[in-house]
Amino acid sequence: MTRPNSNPGSVVENIRRENGVTILVLAGDIDLHRSVEMRERLLEVMSEKPETTVINLSRVDFMDSSGLATLVEAMQLSRRYGGQVKLVGVQQRVRSILEISRLDSIFPMFESEAEALAS
Amino acid sequence: MMKEDINPGQIELTILANPAYLCVARAAVRKALEISGFDAQDADGVTLALDEALTNVIRHSYGGPCEKPIIIKLSQIPNYQKKTSALEVVVRDFGKHVDPKTIKSRDLNEVRPGGLGVHIIQTVMDEVEYSCVSEGGMQLRMLKLIQLTDCCEMTSGVRASFGGSRIEKAQ
Repeated sequence: MTRPNSNPGSVVENIRRENGVTILVLAGDIDLHRSVEMRERLLEVMSEKPETTVINLSRVDFMDSSGLATLVEAMQLSRRYGGQVKLVGVQQRVRSILEISRLDSIFPMFESEAEALAS
Repeated sequence: MMKEDINPGQIELTILANPAYLCVARAAVRKALEISGFDAQDADGVTLALDEALTNVIRHSYGGPCEKPIIIKLSQIPNYQKKTSALEVVVRDFGKHVDPKTIKSRDLNEVRPGGLGVHIIQTVMDEVEYSCVSEGGMQLRMLKLIQLTDCCEMTSGVRASFGGSRIEKAQ
């Protein structure tokens, strides 16, 4: 099931389900301004308690601590009901901020959605 | 755009304390650093630190988005401590005073959302100093020791105002 995005400037480019896995494709810079929408959409997804949530960041060039906070919140919410969050296509700039914040070890990261789905 | 067309020099930007303008500040500063010949990794780091500083001003100094200004100043300090060049980034707000001693990074062993901005700034930049301004508001002075990949002296400047209407080239 794919939910097309009615707002082309949206931080959430696409949300779809494949074999019980929810996949969110994010795009653009994620800062204090755009993380608000990211959080709303992630909480919406998490309310359905998917077993696995894959967040595709391959089209995200920049993320600040507000975006990180949203990822951590999603991860903690999913753990609460026994789910998991996986990150896909993390770009170097985003990887750097995950490393600086010592959060790179708490998120499973994969090169592609296929790899994340197979794991 | 040619370097000669910009000659970034000392740069001053004023944005409103609205998160929608963060991308404008990042883009302007990132481009100025790039044109000045800054190493890409340094430019990314400084841009990230600036974003975190502006975010903290909006959230904490002003208590949320508002129409008040944030002034950003960039300047190069040649022969800093007689060793190298340094980039100085100053972020000035007109919000409430906060005791600089209370502005600290949190324990990173505790995995929870939020509270990472100060840690990121302190990690990315080489010197970080908060101070209360007697006329009101706070000033954050950040320093990054730099390696220029293609040296370009900073002599003149650009002043711009986003969220207002002022964009001018300073001589």
